Amino acid sequence: MGNDAVFRVDGLRKSFGPIEVLGGVSLDLHAGQVTVLMGANGAGKSTLVKIISGVYERGGGTMSLAGQNFAPKTPAEAIRAGVVTVHQNINDGVVADLDVATNLTLDRLSGSGAPTLFNPGRVRREAKAVADRMGLMIDLKARISDLSLADRQMVAIARAMAHRPKVLILDEPTSSLSSAEADRLFALLDRLREQGVAILYISHRMSDIRRLADRIVSMRDGVVSGVFDSKPLDYEGAVNAMLGRKIHLDRIVARNSARPVLTIDGLRIAEGSGPISLTLGDGEVVAITGLVGVGKTALAETLFGVRKPLSGTMVLNGKAYAPGSTGEAIAAGVFLVAKDRSENGIVGDFNIQENISLPFHRRMSRLGVLNRRVERAIARRQIGELGIVCRSEKDEMSALSGGNQQKVMVARWTSQAARLFILDEPFQGVDISARRDIAAKLRASANGRATLLFVTELDEALETADRILVMSEQTIVGEHRNADIDLERLLAEVAGGPLHSAA
Amino acid sequence: MSSGWVRLAAAREHAIRYGFIVLLFGLIAYFAIAADGFVSPQSAVFIFQSVAITGVLALGVTATLVVGGFDLSIGSVATSAMMAAAYVMVVLEQNAVVAVVACLLIGAIVGLINGWLIVCMRVPDLLATLGMMFLLVGLQRIPTEGRSIATGMTMPDGSVANGTFGAAFLALGRHRFDFFIPNLIPVSVVVLLVLAVLIWFFLEYTRFGRMMYAVGSNERAAELAGAPVKAYKIWAYVISGVFASIGGILLAARLGRGDIASGNNLLLDAVAAALIGYAVLGAAKPNAFGTAVGAVFVGVLLQGLTMMNAPYYTQDFIKGAVLVVALVFTFALSGRGKR
Repeated sequence: MGNDAVFRVDGLRKSFGPIEVLGGVSLDLHAGQVTVLMGANGAGKSTLVKIISGVYERGGGTMSLAGQNFAPKTPAEAIRAGVVTVHQNINDGVVADLDVATNLTLDRLSGSGAPTLFNPGRVRREAKAVADRMGLMIDLKARISDLSLADRQMVAIARAMAHRPKVLILDEPTSSLSSAEADRLFALLDRLREQGVAILYISHRMSDIRRLADRIVSMRDGVVSGVFDSKPLDYEGAVNAMLGRKIHLDRIVARNSARPVLTIDGLRIAEGSGPISLTLGDGEVVAITGLVGVGKTALAETLFGVRKPLSGTMVLNGKAYAPGSTGEAIAAGVFLVAKDRSENGIVGDFNIQENISLPFHRRMSRLGVLNRRVERAIARRQIGELGIVCRSEKDEMSALSGGNQQKVMVARWTSQAARLFILDEPFQGVDISARRDIAAKLRASANGRATLLFVTELDEALETADRILVMSEQTIVGEHRNADIDLERLLAEVAGGPLHSAA
Repeated sequence: MSSGWVRLAAAREHAIRYGFIVLLFGLIAYFAIAADGFVSPQSAVFIFQSVAITGVLALGVTATLVVGGFDLSIGSVATSAMMAAAYVMVVLEQNAVVAVVACLLIGAIVGLINGWLIVCMRVPDLLATLGMMFLLVGLQRIPTEGRSIATGMTMPDGSVANGTFGAAFLALGRHRFDFFIPNLIPVSVVVLLVLAVLIWFFLEYTRFGRMMYAVGSNERAAELAGAPVKAYKIWAYVISGVFASIGGILLAARLGRGDIASGNNLLLDAVAAALIGYAVLGAAKPNAFGTAVGAVFVGVLLQGLTMMNAPYYTQDFIKGAVLVVALVFTFALSGRGKR
């Protein structure tokens, strides 16, 4: 292989400001093959896809399609050349208020050469041709908004295929599908593979990858960290290349804890998943790791009262704990630094001081009136504790770097004493030095509470935790003390052995 | 970065921050010179009086803007309260206290229903309050079959309504307090000032106000910080409804009857004042002080122009122009085009 590549990317680079996102990515796609692209968040997958599909301009490197130079300036140009992308958000690919037939032929309704008048008969004929070629069994008169997510996804892909592309890129197409729905998608992809389409398939779901992949390309920190194309495919190797440890210098000394803070028994967070049981001790830092979409955030939100478990019990400080709201969780001393700070954490109209005090207004008020002097004093103390780089506590959040913004989020929740401190992906979009600061702060202040981290990157778990739990398919599948870790076993658990790939 | 660039940025910052206040004082100075008798206590009081009812409504709608919502029903809540006050006193022959309590209850109930529609039924805020506006405009006409309410009116069943507006109630619209000069400040202006200070203090200095701003800026973050987001939103609409009903009480007291045709402009004027308020002191967000300044700004402009013999029919045009300029101040210049 190698010479018959339909699509080839060579030394692709891209920077946003001073930050290099892609540092020379090379990638081949072959006709009639599914190439799976794996990578943690921030590895550069979506940037790569956006360059290929003509959304971003590349910073350097070359791309070629069927031997010809390929340099699309707009998404429309990429599609015309024969590279079609189906994006993650299904509803971006279809127009919900129109029927299936119109959606399938939508791209022919606009652009030059399109007839001025809308001819329903012709549209239906063309749509039928597209649907037949794809083996699509959907009522063409149905409105998209009445279809299931899977059917919408099929329509979006069929619509993309109406262009008869040479290269089809699918960005996490199964992330909102059930496993039965996903099976239908896979059957469709098998068909496309037989028709000789080169498919780039981006996914975190190991079950998808095992089902579909002809080759696996792993990305990490903006470069390709591994290519696996000899059968049988080395899935653990691919996961290791994507997440595995780089040389890591400051080993931590794993601690044990005798006094339990939180005990979870038989907690089930999703339909059909196994029960979760675990104990978190005082002074202990525990990391739960696993791929994207295995239920880490769902578990964090269950502990924080955002969602309710299907079954099971929790005991906090020896008392039954079943929070009905985030307010109750906070009152019980359970704090959560939610993932994706701009979405779930930062109040954009508030400055640093106001962002830090947000959950604890009641504790710094008398008769409902906020004591701003206390508020400012706490903000200043926290800015010092975490080493937040700013001019003053009155700075706007938008003036801070990602790492400092994240420090403010951590400062918010460490400004009062917690019993259980949960952090969901606290190192996302955080530079290495801020990450070290936060991790050191978490370990130094760990006594008196249990600390629980949810991280996808193994390194982050190895650098901060006393104990590492592995999550897969909405439940805990492995436990490791961070002293003499059997990394191979851990990676196998992350990749989800055949035992767990029932979906 | 050259120092020239920095100075330019600083100048821009100042323009955004103080532009509207400077404009207000410039306007006052101009009218002081151009219009005879503009600078007098009576004229100042008249300006405040002319914007008192609008201002009260605007302060209420500010609360809903703070939580990221909107309330289109305030105008019709005010007129409904006015009709209700007249009905309670003239037809049911009750006293002033009963009338006031009935009005406030109407405001609170409408606010609760608005909040329930928006928070629990997930109807978008503009649509829910638009629907409520229609509903109230119609509802307030049903008890009297579309007639205005005044003492001596004939009821649908042929009887004559003999109740009267109580003296205490009328005083709300007609009594003036002494302030250096005897009989200077009308009750409505005092109500406006008191409510403005109250809502300003509430929004700026209490934890509830702070959390309302958080809800308006990032609802999800506020929820994850433990705030009962739904309750805050519903309360904002209750505040808006109650304030609007206070406006209605003042309107009824001023008119002395339940006039079916009055209060048409209340909604637009109030919303304009609140939106102009975004531009005051470069806040770029809803705030009580800005709303009050916005209301006064419109009052000054109209009073000055009237004294310079500008025809009445140009008023809406001028208000609209001021609003557009203020919105440009808020969104384009400060570069914070998000609400």
